[in-house]
Amino acid sequence: MEFGLSSEQRMLQDAVARYLAEQSPLRHVRDIAAAAKPCSPDVAAGLADLGVPGVIIPAEFGGMGLGLLEAALVAETLGFSVAPAHFAGAHVMAPLAILLGGSDSQQQAWLPQLATGAARAAVAVSQAVEVRDGVGVVARDGWLDGTALFVLDAADADLFVVADTTGALHLVAADAPGLTQIPLTTIDKTRSVGELRMTGVKADPLPGGGGRTTRRIIDAGRIMLAADILGAGTAMIEQAVAYAGTRVQFGRPIGSFQAVKHMCAEMAAALEPCRSLVWYAAHAFDHAPDESTLMACHAKSHLSEVGRFVARTSTEVHGGMGFTDLAGLHYWFKRIGLDRQLLGGPELVRNEAARVQGWIAA
Amino acid sequence: MDLTYSAEHQAFRREVLDFLEAHRHAAPKGGGAAQRPSAEAVAWQKLLIAHGYAARTIPKEYGGYGAAPDILKSRIIGEEFARAGVPPGLQSQGISMLVPTLLELGTEDQKRQWIGPTIHGEVIWCQGYSEPGSGSDLASLQTRATEDGDDFVINGQKIWTSTAREADMIFCLVRTEPDKGKHDGISYLIFSMKTLGIEVRPLVTMTGHAEFNETFFTDVRVPKSQIVGKRGQGWFVANATLKHERGMLGDPGQLESRFLALAELMRTETAGDGRIMDNPILRDRLLRLQAELAAMKFNGLRVLSASANGGEAGLARLIVKLQSCELAHQISALAIDALGELGVLYDGSPHLRSHGSWQQAYMFQLGLIIGGGTAQIQKNIIAERGLGMPREPKPTTEGSRS
Ligand SMILES: Cc1cc2nc3c(=O)[nH]c(=O)nc-3n(C[C@H](O)[C@H](O)[C@H](O)COP(=O)(O)OP(=O)(O)OC[C@H]3O[C@@H](n4cnc5c(N)ncnc54)[C@H](O)[C@@H]3O)c2cc1C
Repeated sequence: MEFGLSSEQRMLQDAVARYLAEQSPLRHVRDIAAAAKPCSPDVAAGLADLGVPGVIIPAEFGGMGLGLLEAALVAETLGFSVAPAHFAGAHVMAPLAILLGGSDSQQQAWLPQLATGAARAAVAVSQAVEVRDGVGVVARDGWLDGTALFVLDAADADLFVVADTTGALHLVAADAPGLTQIPLTTIDKTRSVGELRMTGVKADPLPGGGGRTTRRIIDAGRIMLAADILGAGTAMIEQAVAYAGTRVQFGRPIGSFQAVKHMCAEMAAALEPCRSLVWYAAHAFDHAPDESTLMACHAKSHLSEVGRFVARTSTEVHGGMGFTDLAGLHYWFKRIGLDRQLLGGPELVRNEAARVQGWIAA
Repeated sequence: MDLTYSAEHQAFRREVLDFLEAHRHAAPKGGGAAQRPSAEAVAWQKLLIAHGYAARTIPKEYGGYGAAPDILKSRIIGEEFARAGVPPGLQSQGISMLVPTLLELGTEDQKRQWIGPTIHGEVIWCQGYSEPGSGSDLASLQTRATEDGDDFVINGQKIWTSTAREADMIFCLVRTEPDKGKHDGISYLIFSMKTLGIEVRPLVTMTGHAEFNETFFTDVRVPKSQIVGKRGQGWFVANATLKHERGMLGDPGQLESRFLALAELMRTETAGDGRIMDNPILRDRLLRLQAELAAMKFNGLRVLSASANGGEAGLARLIVKLQSCELAHQISALAIDALGELGVLYDGSPHLRSHGSWQQAYMFQLGLIIGGGTAQIQKNIIAERGLGMPREPKPTTEGSRS
């Protein structure tokens, strides 16, 4: 029994963190945001050198063959640095869908390319979680019609994994005739979310891509978003504590005022147990399948709540400066804001958690 | 992450389960930790110690079971007793606070004399720390002990002394050197509550019961040999004790059984034609608490692993008292809200649910948020020791109960 990270896991996390600290400082994040590009080609290349795109892809397809916990550690690090990079959709949910539901030839065709980052995939499953604006994708005889919203990691994708109204999954090539891609502009300029409109688009169904696979990739995606919040929240607390130690008012550092101290203590007290929850949810995904949906729900909903509290409190600790673009704190604030809403906000997710436990009718 | 148990630990879990199966009928009904244990509870405790399910790591020569420390085995015991709904061994300030302190800092005579009877529930202790003028700022305490021949002579007053009326003995902080600094003039004494000159007056709390007391000392004579640690070292000795108190207040196993009872309540209680569980607002609150409980449970595992490896869990440990006491209170609050008007019933009323335990717990848990270092003091500690934030111009947590 050992509840904690192994030295290999720490090394992986340190390597990604070091890379991002050096190559994707806030300056770079600002440049990417200003260019209205949702992700940085340089960061994508750097992460590919570290093997990040293949983190969960088995070694036989050229990936690192690691588990969801390792993926969560990467997600946490990306959140910590507000990295302008694809991850949850492109490097976790999409390859996982192909691994769990794809035929041999689909796996051979895509996984090696996805593992190196040579090809990139996006995921259109939001409509399986909640339908807004009446969207949905209908599959008929190998053809897809309809609209998908909140496609994760949409920009520059070569491939889309699309859920239809029955929850079955399909692969759609980005250049398929009849497919229109529309970028959605969100509060968060560090990640890419899009819309797909399909009229008679040729689909390549994942034979094992039924409801169970969709369920699994949504669970995995939620854990990644929770881990992203964990990282972003950790960074916001660190910045609040650092700022409170240097900003002087009434002749003393504001961090010596108890009101400020207690804001920081409350953030830390709320966020610290979240670390163990994210670790466990990711671990359970691979090792305790009975619990994994429930734990993914708990991680997503709880981190969303704690994340929102940390995001606003850290901003308050910074006073007017926290509200400015100058401090850049808003990048983390918005990152947490996006993570909270995607793949189901906390109320929706908690209702699912009740259903999973049989507390209410399915 | 390796959450599997070794063959040895799996076998141990089976042993615990077998024991529970064979003996659960002998377990006492109801807790009543704050009172003198019943004969039934004392017999149960004896059985648990004999099997190593209580006082597990306390050496045999002091009346314990004498097992080598194994945090996982302790955890397995805690888990399985909680899951079976069987009361674990006795919990009291004597067992949780005094015994570890004596083991760490007591003399051989003190260990031989007190540990055995204490862990067997034969000797009940109370904690004499707080005073009317010294709560959070515990080190400002004024109860005086002056030397007179072979004795200390104690004068002063303690307050909020839980179980003082039932207690046989007290572990007590007194000022022996008034001329020394705040923290340097304190000594830690243990003495009988029957000693001449002690008067205990019950203080009724909001629960309607007198859970704690005022304790007055007038020329109370205590032999000098009944000091734990050296004269003037009482602050250091007390901090060893406070560390154990905090551990006692943050047990995730207890939180989990309260939560399970709450979920059961919401599944079985009805309002009109519907189950409470079908009320989306109350259900949402329930799930919110469940997620938080999961976080605290795994946080507990992380702290446990860190200490099993001889490490320190830092923030993960410092936040436990604050978060667990708050969560416990919120669990009870939701149970009361789920009961609606039934939630106000108390004291054996008709229609009362769970013997009134939800209201009782709701109130008592507010006491736990305050006692043993208030929520605000916990936040000072988290900020200053955990996050390294600047101290107040005048120290606030230095010398406060942690
Ligand atoms: C149920 C219960 C059982 C108890 N049992 C015992 C017992 O057996 N033996 C014993 O010795 N004591 C016992 N106590 C006492 C308990 O430890 C004290 O109540 C506690 O330490 C707080 O002290 P106080 O009551 O004097 O409050 P105060 O210290 O007067 O605090 C009042 C308020 O001021 C705040 N405050 C004080 N100082 C600071 C600061 N530096 N920064 C921010 N806020 C501050 C507190 O947080 C609180 O909100 C018990 C208390 C309770 C509630």
